[in-house]
Amino acid sequence: MSAMRVLLAVAATLGLGAAAIAADKPDPAADAKAFQDYFVKKFPKVAFDDFVNGPYSMNADMRRQWEEKEQFPPYEFALEAGKEMFAKPFKNGKTYADCFPNGGIGIRQNYPYFDDKEGKVITLELALNRCREANGEAPYSYVKDEMASLTAYMAYTSRGKRFDIKIPDDPRALDAFEKGKEYFYTRRGQLNFSCASCHVQSPGERIRAEILAPALGILNAMPIYRSEWSGMGTTSRRIVTCNSQTRAVPLEPQSDEYRNLEYYLSYVSNGLPVSGPGARP
Amino acid sequence: MRTALALGLSLAMPLLVMSSLAMSSLAMSSLAMSAAAHAQSGAAEGQKLAFDRGKGNCLTCHEIKGGDLPGSIGPKLENLKGRYDRAELTAILNDETVRNPSTVMPPFGRNRILTEQEISAIVDFLQTL
Repeated sequence: MSAMRVLLAVAATLGLGAAAIAADKPDPAADAKAFQDYFVKKFPKVAFDDFVNGPYSMNADMRRQWEEKEQFPPYEFALEAGKEMFAKPFKNGKTYADCFPNGGIGIRQNYPYFDDKEGKVITLELALNRCREANGEAPYSYVKDEMASLTAYMAYTSRGKRFDIKIPDDPRALDAFEKGKEYFYTRRGQLNFSCASCHVQSPGERIRAEILAPALGILNAMPIYRSEWSGMGTTSRRIVTCNSQTRAVPLEPQSDEYRNLEYYLSYVSNGLPVSGPGARP
Repeated sequence: MRTALALGLSLAMPLLVMSSLAMSSLAMSSLAMSAAAHAQSGAAEGQKLAFDRGKGNCLTCHEIKGGDLPGSIGPKLENLKGRYDRAELTAILNDETVRNPSTVMPPFGRNRILTEQEISAIVDFLQTL
């Protein structure tokens, strides 16, 4: 089956007309509205802002356990480490604050953004490693440890601020959005799942004892402490793990495909608050 | 889910004509018929394969009598013998997207997650439900 056909099948379940797909120019605002309306209609009892709490918004038992855990959140260690790392100067005396607007505080909701000089999507994780390299420091692994700690701190200082991802009227930005959308809805891997198979078609359902999270708001909680990982993981780790669990070959973290995917998925969650760092089973 | 299955069925006729996959699943089912005598031992083996996380892993999505911690994505697997014949069950396991393009069920035969023999044993087991 062609990717386009899958896209159309899912678009039909999302209530998009064929006209929206066939339109000459991408319309991210219309896509985001259809995406959000789909989840709101599917889960009439879930308050809009609660979608950022993933499986806990869908299951009362899990929610109770989570609320107890939040008394001593499992991401606290990473958060403290991230705060220290963020403040500690590089060997050249500069800090992360020098690389970011507003000194890096309360800005998580603006990432990823489209860089018009480079013509590409810039995620927060990518911006952090570029900051390190520009200051003569080695980049960190994108999936966990230091990167998770730094992004945990940056998310924490932004909690409650609503995602405000911008897509400029630039064909390259619209193309990045469209490519991210196509990646999201295309089936891959031996198990033949798209991201949407689980997180659009089946949120709230159980796979064994786990509850699938809705795609809406899924990135607002990043990075997360996952009990299954016995540790922290970044957005990169979440996507790589999704690929390998469905027996697809994961791409390199921060590859163009993943950056476009993050751009799409973040944009369609615009208006939802940052809730990271999060905790998940 | 039942609506999705019904939709899938209405799509199935033209697709059956076109699809070489469907042809191969028909061939598989006639092979399996000749092996009907082995169905009983096949059912026990099929249950093992159905519950094995590295093989069928059916419990991840389906509730099945005798299985722990079932998921809820697919329908409960019960009274299957009355509702589907062997060829239909084999075709569903081989590639359910032929009948229902938007299904999330993995194409166990097409993507070689299971061999023909393994699918046949699981069908033996499903026919006992």
